[in-house]
Amino acid sequence: MLTIHLSIVVFLPLATALIAALLPARIGRWIVIAGTVAVLGFAVAMLADYDSSAEGLSYVTDDVWISELGVRYQLGVDGLNLFLIALTALLWVPATVWGALRSVESPRLFLFHLALGETAVLGAFCAQDLALFVVFFDVMLVPFYFLIGSWGSGDRVRATTRFVIYTLVGSLLMLAGAIALGVLAAPSAGELSFSFADLEQRTLGEGTQQWIFLLFTAAFLVKAPLFPFHGWVVDTYRSTPIPVLVVFSAVLSKVGAYGFLRIVLPILPDASEYFQDLMLVLAVVSILYGSMLAFSQDEARLVLAYSSIAQLGFIVLGIFSLSEQGAQGAVMQMVSHGLVVAPLLFIIALLSARTGGAPSLERMGGLALRAPVLAALFLVATLAMLAMPGTPNFAAEILILFGTFEDKLVYGLVASVGVVLAAVYMIRFLQRSMHNRAPAGAESAEVGGLGLFAIAPLVAVVVALGIYPQFVLERTERATVSKVAPAAQVAGTAEPEREVSAIR
Amino acid sequence: MSVLLAQVQAPEIDYQGLAPLFATIGGSIVVVLVGLLRGSFVQRVLVPALAAASLLCAIGFTMANWEPGDSRPIIEGALGIDTLALFISMLFYLAGLATVALCVRSELVREAGHGEAMALLLGSVTGMVVLAGAENLVALFIGIELLSIPLYVLCAGEIRRARSLESGLKYLVIGSVGAAVLLYGLALIYGATGSTDFALISEAIGTSIGIGDPLLLTGVALTATGLAFKASVAPFHQWTPDVYEGAPTPITSFMAVATKAAAFAVLLRLFDYALADLQTLWAPALAALATVTIVIGNVGAIAQRSLKRMLAWSGVAQAGYLLAGVVVGTSLGLQATAFYLAAYLFMNVAAFAVVVARERVSEHGDDLDSLRDLGRTSPALAWPMTIAMLSLAGIPATAGFIGKFYLIGAAVAGDYAWLGIAIVVGSMISLVYYLRVLAVMWMGRFEITLPSLPPRSVMPVAGQSPEADARAQPEVAAVAILAAAATIVFGIVPSPLFDLARDVGQSFSALL
Repeated sequence: MLTIHLSIVVFLPLATALIAALLPARIGRWIVIAGTVAVLGFAVAMLADYDSSAEGLSYVTDDVWISELGVRYQLGVDGLNLFLIALTALLWVPATVWGALRSVESPRLFLFHLALGETAVLGAFCAQDLALFVVFFDVMLVPFYFLIGSWGSGDRVRATTRFVIYTLVGSLLMLAGAIALGVLAAPSAGELSFSFADLEQRTLGEGTQQWIFLLFTAAFLVKAPLFPFHGWVVDTYRSTPIPVLVVFSAVLSKVGAYGFLRIVLPILPDASEYFQDLMLVLAVVSILYGSMLAFSQDEARLVLAYSSIAQLGFIVLGIFSLSEQGAQGAVMQMVSHGLVVAPLLFIIALLSARTGGAPSLERMGGLALRAPVLAALFLVATLAMLAMPGTPNFAAEILILFGTFEDKLVYGLVASVGVVLAAVYMIRFLQRSMHNRAPAGAESAEVGGLGLFAIAPLVAVVVALGIYPQFVLERTERATVSKVAPAAQVAGTAEPEREVSAIR
Repeated sequence: MSVLLAQVQAPEIDYQGLAPLFATIGGSIVVVLVGLLRGSFVQRVLVPALAAASLLCAIGFTMANWEPGDSRPIIEGALGIDTLALFISMLFYLAGLATVALCVRSELVREAGHGEAMALLLGSVTGMVVLAGAENLVALFIGIELLSIPLYVLCAGEIRRARSLESGLKYLVIGSVGAAVLLYGLALIYGATGSTDFALISEAIGTSIGIGDPLLLTGVALTATGLAFKASVAPFHQWTPDVYEGAPTPITSFMAVATKAAAFAVLLRLFDYALADLQTLWAPALAALATVTIVIGNVGAIAQRSLKRMLAWSGVAQAGYLLAGVVVGTSLGLQATAFYLAAYLFMNVAAFAVVVARERVSEHGDDLDSLRDLGRTSPALAWPMTIAMLSLAGIPATAGFIGKFYLIGAAVAGDYAWLGIAIVVGSMISLVYYLRVLAVMWMGRFEITLPSLPPRSVMPVAGQSPEADARAQPEVAAVAILAAAATIVFGIVPSPLFDLARDVGQSFSALL
């Protein structure tokens, strides 16, 4: 087993950005790019080195941070966050390169905020202490506030203000919930602790669990976003610059779903069971609502915005099926949705740039024959998004639905409609943007070097995981099962004897 | 003769404990005398340097006196020092130092005289130190008056500007009303308990008089009201925006951080020590006041365009947060209040320093517009302001977040979970106006829609001139950068400040 210092992984992007801030932009951007590549290297090493039979956390860093408040600086990796860290590291490379090599205004500041964002996201995924998680979760907002507000398009200040207020309201509620959780769970005043491991051991009354559950859920559902907490989504997707939107849509939305698995289910099992139906209803409504609106959108970005709501609905459905399969499917879906939505956003950027920056689907189209490589990449990504068998999304959605069918058949059946709807809106999306008659004045050119660099590796990873999804499932199984177990026990859905992965 | 000597016993005086007070009083006298000399070197360099030196001496003496544990008297029965008094007085000295730097080139010292302004400032600091160390009601009142009277004068220090005079007059009238109410309350407490000494009051409440004594309760209510004026706790806050806006900005900054700290020092000592046994009676009332203050302060700030008014309203809201630490009446609450006061000092000084710098060079005065596009034109000011706003809003990796975390933790642990939620709700409202400042600074290249208010011509304040150069005031930028750096450092490595706060938490041995 390698020794990997997670602190280095987490803070490397920020460190390189600070160095780059002192250098001329021409040199500085390469340093920032090198930083993200190095983080990716760490992540790959971690994937290769990770022992899927390991119990508990690996690569742990554990220090006292604020002893008076019992807050620890505790980082660690297990099957639950392993692939999310890898996803973050992977997607930040093309996003940074894309941002660095195109001329943006004040490039150093742009890259600084982007790198701070990577540090915050990695920190939130690695954190094993609730207070530390809250810190990274909130810090995440700061760079994105500036990235959208300063470099966005359209009504960007309004969009970013809306986004930040929505998310911070959730975060502040979570802060109150986190403090209450730590304080009320402590057996005595001296033993205050926010460590996930400690909190999982301590018990809380059912009533206390319930109101704390609601505080956390507010934060995570806004972040995800799920219906009816999605008010900020449309403006944000419209205004955010593409490289930022890629990491935003692919990675940030997963932090909320990850929070459910890491914090809510294991620490508040009774409340998770109590509110299970509420959460399932929200998930199913999000799936249907997102799918239907995605079908009726004319703006390419909004198709993906609403489809994200639907996909996040699937993830939450899997988590709150409170079954092992469902949770595994949810983790798989977090990774595969991130991997698929990123190339699609890059492709949209290329397409709309060629038609003079128009966001509308009507103004795209007709490029498939002239740009076969781009069209092929687009096709693969689209098929993955609609969960064609042989893609990682298929494996994920099947697991989620199987997990739901077991005890909550009705929700599973309704959610299945969402799978069909996804096929409808994604095929419409592909047709309109690539195959229709070319609009007047559209340039038709094959994807360039930068575009290919950003898109092709991601599509390759999608294909690879589609062929061999067990690569993810094997490594995530142990941790995921252990996180669901307490809530599953309460709900009576625990099946210790059965094999988890049905598709093997 | 010998009979007289036997009866009049001089109190025990601990001169080492008194040393910081001598430093500021002595400094104040020296500065006013040196200020009589002519010459720009004396006025511009020597006077501020002497004022700063006296504050630095006071800081040195305070550090030498630092000793965790119970309070020890320095003037028997009147003044004592404990870690709470020492910690809070450090904040006064730091605020004083920042104010000295902000004053160097200000209109205030040009019109009021360098020596006079600095002497008044040091006098006010002295009053605050007396207040923080007061052990009986008389010392408390002397401290309040000693800190207030120089501030009345300083607020009106820009004698050629009507708003400044108005501010001074308003503060004088309101301050006097507050002082009168306070004095009445103190008299009633004395009448009920038969003593002016905090320790004896606490003892009397524990033994001889019941907690339902109407005389005592009226006294406590009036005292709380008088102190609420000073701490700008709603509904006694109405003077704050007007006075803050009109006063010379360096003085506003000093009032915002130091006066608030002084008021909270005495609130803590009076309620959590002298009246601790009455906690079941005053805690719900103070908790209600805190909630009202949080809501009013945050809602009031939303509609402001003037940065000074906005910070005044935000200061009202922050007073509400701080009050939560007093309400719970625990050692944890005491620590949290002390910590938050320190964090509050750093973030507000950073913000006010930027306002000082901008209003000298911008034709918009202290209007929000004066910050437009600051991120590009002078990042050295934009970053401190950004950090200050993020910290005031309670974003992690800043001292403001840790302070809020501490306060909410204290509230939840003290069975006031709903007050913790009130703090959180207040913070949500506050995002609207803090984020607006950030948007104007960093995203101002394009038009930002500000709240539609009737157009208002902003008077140029503090010697704005079109030729003025923002770079010609390095000391103001330095204050902003240092305070912002402290905000970030204590947000990431809060342990040093926590250790101090923990010592402060031991000040009142009776608290849990």
